[in-house]
Amino acid sequence: MYETAHACDVLVIGGGPAGLAAASHAARCGRRVIIVDDNPRWGGQIWRRGSGEDESPQATSLFDEVRRAGVKFIGGAHVFNQLQDGSLLAEAADGVHRFSYEKLILATGARERFLPFPGWTLPNVMGAGGLQALVKSGLSIRRRRVVVAGSGPLLLAVAAHLRKRGAEVLLIAEQAPRARVLRFGLRLIEWPEKLLHLMRLQRYLFNVPYLTGCWPVMAHGRRKLERVTLKRGARLWEVACDYLACGFHLVPNAELAQLLGCETVDGAVWVDELQRTSRPEIYCAGEATGVGGVELALIEGQIAGCAAAGREDEARRLFAARQRARRFASALNAAFDLREELRELATEETIVCRCEDVRLGQLREFDSWRAAKLQTRCGMGPCQGRVCGAALEFLFGWRVTSIRPPLFPVQLRNLAYDPSSEAERVERG
Amino acid sequence: MSVPTYDVVIVGAGIVGAACAAECAAEGLRVLVVEAEMVGGGATAAGMGHIVVMDDSEAQFELTLYSQRLWEELAEELPPSVEYDRCGTIWVAATEDEMRQAERKGKFYAERGVAVELLDARELREAEPRLRRDLWGGLRVPGDGVIYPPAAAHFLLSKARAHRTELIVGRAVIEATLGGEVRLQDGSNISSGIVINCAGSSSPKLTPQIKVQKRKGHLVITDRYAGFVRHQLVELGYLESAHAASSDSVAFNVQPRRTGQLLIGSSRQYGAEDARVDQGVLARMLNRAFAFMPGLADLSAIRVWTGFRAATPDNLPLIGPYAEGARLYLATGHEGLGITTSLGTAKLIVAQIMGRTPPISSEPFLPIRFMQESAHV
Ligand SMILES: Cc1cc2nc3c(=O)[nH]c(=O)nc-3n(C[C@H](O)[C@H](O)[C@H](O)COP(=O)(O)OP(=O)(O)OC[C@H]3O[C@@H](n4cnc5c(N)ncnc54)[C@H](O)[C@@H]3O)c2cc1C
Ligand SMILES: Cc1cc2nc3c(=O)[nH]c(=O)nc-3n(C[C@H](O)[C@H](O)[C@H](O)COP(=O)(O)OP(=O)(O)OC[C@H]3O[C@@H](n4cnc5c(N)ncnc54)[C@H](O)[C@@H]3O)c2cc1C
Repeated sequence: MYETAHACDVLVIGGGPAGLAAASHAARCGRRVIIVDDNPRWGGQIWRRGSGEDESPQATSLFDEVRRAGVKFIGGAHVFNQLQDGSLLAEAADGVHRFSYEKLILATGARERFLPFPGWTLPNVMGAGGLQALVKSGLSIRRRRVVVAGSGPLLLAVAAHLRKRGAEVLLIAEQAPRARVLRFGLRLIEWPEKLLHLMRLQRYLFNVPYLTGCWPVMAHGRRKLERVTLKRGARLWEVACDYLACGFHLVPNAELAQLLGCETVDGAVWVDELQRTSRPEIYCAGEATGVGGVELALIEGQIAGCAAAGREDEARRLFAARQRARRFASALNAAFDLREELRELATEETIVCRCEDVRLGQLREFDSWRAAKLQTRCGMGPCQGRVCGAALEFLFGWRVTSIRPPLFPVQLRNLAYDPSSEAERVERG
Repeated sequence: MSVPTYDVVIVGAGIVGAACAAECAAEGLRVLVVEAEMVGGGATAAGMGHIVVMDDSEAQFELTLYSQRLWEELAEELPPSVEYDRCGTIWVAATEDEMRQAERKGKFYAERGVAVELLDARELREAEPRLRRDLWGGLRVPGDGVIYPPAAAHFLLSKARAHRTELIVGRAVIEATLGGEVRLQDGSNISSGIVINCAGSSSPKLTPQIKVQKRKGHLVITDRYAGFVRHQLVELGYLESAHAASSDSVAFNVQPRRTGQLLIGSSRQYGAEDARVDQGVLARMLNRAFAFMPGLADLSAIRVWTGFRAATPDNLPLIGPYAEGARLYLATGHEGLGITTSLGTAKLIVAQIMGRTPPISSEPFLPIRFMQESAHV
């Protein structure tokens, strides 16, 4: 087994907007900084580079800053466990990497929330962001008929992207009621950059119906998706399509923080005004602290970077900007809050946990996530509740407790990383 | 004094408490089970679920064998969720010395009526092709098996509830008197003919006089690899590991699950109260497993957890009245065998409560064995 040890002042987990901003700020304050990300390249969910086409000027200048600041980037490394306080383990293609740090900044982002409905496990029913990622990495979507459904502005971004790549986007179904979406749209004047972004997207969405108060109730097909039934008000109708790209807003990736013993509130990592978690040497920035969009991620990252580098004064100068971005975040989350009716989509027979084939009806007799898990195996598979957990939280109000290593499936040889043998190796080297 | 509300109050709904409840209820006793957290969520959720006959001592052998047969009798009733699988155990011999040990063990089992099969090196390879090829052989015990313990606890409790056993979940017992009174967290008192402390590794919190210590263990579960392993595989050095009273120890112990997953153990640590995964111990445990089965290193692991065994000084559980005539009973201290011996434990307890001759000798397990000792100091 090949093992590599790294040491730095500030370690950043996640190379999305928050992590990049944090890293460049900490490095500019003279700290040795490393960013670790499980993807081969930095950029996170939004600026994930592959084709280069999505590179906004904002992204390009941040990438340059990070490079200039002398930040070291370790891609393709998945943090899966803590060795001890001050040291994390990651799995990469060449074995285990160990990272020791003085300060840690978690910028692990968010993931999509899936809600179970009859047929959601059919092939070609996908996460909206998931389909976007597949297309970015080469899946051809030309002339394919796509229904984009769920909630949140992500649907627009995904639809625009798919259309650019030649997809026939039939419609966008947004569950939030029209009044809420409109009110949110009007408020966008407060954040002109968001309005601009929306207008840019709309260029690509010309002629695509955006149906508010509309959601999928069932996906049909024999071997794979053929049709989807949509509901809007009293009306139910079927739409024939090749893909259903579905995402019901986002949920924070708080598992690493939880593993390290940081407090969470409502599923998001708790932070103080300096982006410090309940563990004093650990900071958190971006969507892991709550879903709020890219501007908030950037500004939180900057604050965390300064604070972790000991430059509280600089961090404080950014508080006003963060306040403004947070107002947007709460407007966003209020507008796209999930409606009650979505709780009724899954029937007793609908599979909730895909890893272990657990159906909704099996869960009813239990009163907590852990009790249900122990008795039904729900959430016991390779994803460890990362997918079904957010759905069950919405359906039953259960929270996934007891986060255990490894955070992601890892090879046993890497899980068997032996700290004592490595110490010997380092001494000899 | 008023008439007790219950004949029996059971503290703790792990597999031991659940088995005792099922057995008491079947006798027609009025039973209440009080569980602080959740049914089967303690050591029962952390254990391997190996139903195994062990020969550490005659008493342990008798209790594990009796219990293993009770599981077999119950097999038809067990719902699929219990995943009962009579896969058998192979005790693996890595050295010539261990091969002699396997022979002695085989003789011991055979003399006591347990079917065993001695495997030479070739037969071992055929039985378990993924094992390292230069092992000496092993001993197969076909009657052993595997269950999924939390579901078994749930099942046993639902059996009890079919006989009108009552269940309180989410409230802890904070006091259990020798006279059969229990006080709950919320201040309420319940009187009972008999109280059984089935609180596992927390049992000394209620009955501080007993010598039960926490013994931490680690386990790893893999993704699905159906057929990779067919029997529960345990190295013959396992007992040595189980006995290493002072130091941390690890042993090769791999279990095939019905799901195709593998459960990999095992470690033992005294004095470790922290439930977090100890990377050093985990590494030793896995490297031990790779030494016997190199191919394991390539498989994918999805979760690691720890659990606490309730260990006693003589490696035998505490089953019976706290003292002569006491209305407080104990059913705890099962160390690494409580899944197996839960059913036998319940039979012994009921025989004692009902004043019947026990099905096997209950002497070696009576808590009094330690009480006398401490009375002399
Ligand atoms: C699927 C998806 C698609 C999205 N698409 C768009 C879009 O098209 N347009 C838009 O405006 N917004 C989009 N968003 C929202 C956008 O990502 C956020 O607003 C913002 O980028 C959040 O930045 P962040 O730095 O907090 O997180 P992210 O950008 O998510 O970055 C977090 C990074 O951390 C890495 N990571 C997490 N855990 C570990 C670990 N244990 N070890 C190593 N690395 C780890 C992740 O792989 C990721 O690269 C999308 C979000 C999601 C979830
Ligand atoms: C790593 C590991 C591997 C193992 N492998 C095996 C194996 O392969 N085969 C085998 O036979 N055994 C095995 N064991 C042992 C087995 O798991 C235990 O012996 C068994 O689960 C003990 O069951 P229990 O009911 O006594 O305890 P627990 O399952 O711990 O139940 C005790 C219950 O009491 C409750 N409780 C505690 N205090 C109070 C209170 N004050 N008021 C109310 N409720 C309370 C707890 O919440 C808990 O639910 C293993 C154990 C470990 C740790």
